[in-house]
Amino acid sequence: MSGQGRVWKFGDDVNTDLIISGKHLDNYDPAHLASHAMEGANKDFASVVRQGDIIIAGANFGCGSSREQAVMALKHCGIEAVIARSFARIFYRNAINLGLTVVVSPNAADVFQDGDSVALDLPGHRLVSITGNRSSDLEPVPAHVKLILDEGGLVPFIKKRLKENRFTVDMELVTQARRLHGSPSDNAPEPP
Amino acid sequence: MSHENTFLIGKSFASFALAYPWDPSKIVIVLDHRTPANTATTASVHAHIRALVKEYGIEKFFDAGEGICHQIIVEERLVRPGQLVLGTDSHTTTAGAVGAFATGIGATEMAGVWATGSLWLRVPRTIQIELSGRLSTGSYAKDVALDLTRRLGPSGADYRCLEFAGDAIPSMTVSSRMVLTNMAMEAGAKAGMVEPDVVTTDWYKGHEANLDVVLSDKDANYEDRVKMDISGLPPMVSGPHKVEHAKSVDKMEGIRVDQAFIGTCTNGRLEDLLAAARVLKGRKVHPGCRLIVAPASRKVLIEAIGKEAAQTIIAAGGTILPPGCGPCLGSHEGVLGAGEVCISSSNRNFRGRMGSDEAEIYLASPATVAASAVEGKITDPRRLLV
Repeated sequence: MSGQGRVWKFGDDVNTDLIISGKHLDNYDPAHLASHAMEGANKDFASVVRQGDIIIAGANFGCGSSREQAVMALKHCGIEAVIARSFARIFYRNAINLGLTVVVSPNAADVFQDGDSVALDLPGHRLVSITGNRSSDLEPVPAHVKLILDEGGLVPFIKKRLKENRFTVDMELVTQARRLHGSPSDNAPEPP
Repeated sequence: MSHENTFLIGKSFASFALAYPWDPSKIVIVLDHRTPANTATTASVHAHIRALVKEYGIEKFFDAGEGICHQIIVEERLVRPGQLVLGTDSHTTTAGAVGAFATGIGATEMAGVWATGSLWLRVPRTIQIELSGRLSTGSYAKDVALDLTRRLGPSGADYRCLEFAGDAIPSMTVSSRMVLTNMAMEAGAKAGMVEPDVVTTDWYKGHEANLDVVLSDKDANYEDRVKMDISGLPPMVSGPHKVEHAKSVDKMEGIRVDQAFIGTCTNGRLEDLLAAARVLKGRKVHPGCRLIVAPASRKVLIEAIGKEAAQTIIAAGGTILPPGCGPCLGSHEGVLGAGEVCISSSNRNFRGRMGSDEAEIYLASPATVAASAVEGKITDPRRLLV
């Protein structure tokens, strides 16, 4: 069970422009992105949110653009998890890949109110109020997704598998590329 | 395929410590979102990407000013029927217009694709959209797409593939089909596809080598079938703030418009500029309104000049921007201020997308946008097309 966090409630179809507006995207610095998180939906959010807080939303959270900065903004402003009735597919993938916990819950949006104090019990598949008198169900994370989350995101997941040589790299193509564009810099390790 | 977010892909890819991507010949990079650079930060992002393109030997690179990634890959025949296309942009679905399965992913997983050539995807269920009839004067594929989004809602096609079929399809150009597959995203679709036909194979004339046309199975199992008769469909206007808030133009007429924008991966092609020019010919943009036009590619702009559409737009008082995404995502070239109203041929009217949170965006076809620019208020294009 995680520590205690405040609930931030949002409705259906929270789009990526509300999570992080296009006008803030030219700067990829996570701290910059975090300072504008959820600005389109709640102007106070970025200045009040604390490490460990939890977003509870309705259906189709993260719809719209493929911008990964939406996940970066939420992760770096301290959000522990996003619990929604459903997620838009690219946002869901981005969250897993960057190691932000996203969980589907059929009833969290009915059970909890904005400002509630809750704790996340991922192994127990539930979100519980600190007072213990309320809880909502969480759907289990699919197995192939869990493999990535367990490694802390896609980059460590792939790194580990590259080390174990679990992907085949076409050496013919690598050789061709090298012939065309010269050798890689000296300190770059050889491809597997 | 990726655009400015190649910067993020490059960052993750570098952490794998591989000398080269798995197959640089399959990578396409197009700078389109903030071109020419809107800030010094963007300029250094662009410079970083140019260096990375050289280092990794990526030959299919299109620098600022060439056009929008979704337009380029179809126009340059880089995407072909039967292919699986991954792009770090939600509107990658656009390429389904030529019978490819094209879907949007994030930057980090694209780094994984660069490293390994592989990715997990769930095979989606398919909803067939059967379009019958013929569009009447003043209505376009965009009006069909807006009406369909109204019917499906913003998550009505979540995780699904939309397959566009029916007797209305053969008379639609590749450009019009791209409007449907582009807007499929606004219903949450993973992909939007049009079955290749003679229009598709004509598109690949002179590029026939290894053309692999994949057709729908006769006994295909569809999760759902949506029938739409597009005969008599009026021009549609969506908004503000939600794409599914689409109504026939007569219910929206008279709303004041400060800015009219024609362009984007949805409606910035030659046929769109021609439709706008038809409305604008011999007319002037209303003094209280700005008309901004961003061609979807350099080729579109050259052709629009050849057909005098660009001249008509400029003579009417419009501003032509360099090919690219333009003001669609609110970073430059026509940002909206508080209280301003924009009618746009783009695909999203989310609050704050084009600038101020206090601005309003309405979506419509290029003809409706042009007519509204002339009148300074939302206007039925059929009034100006008679």
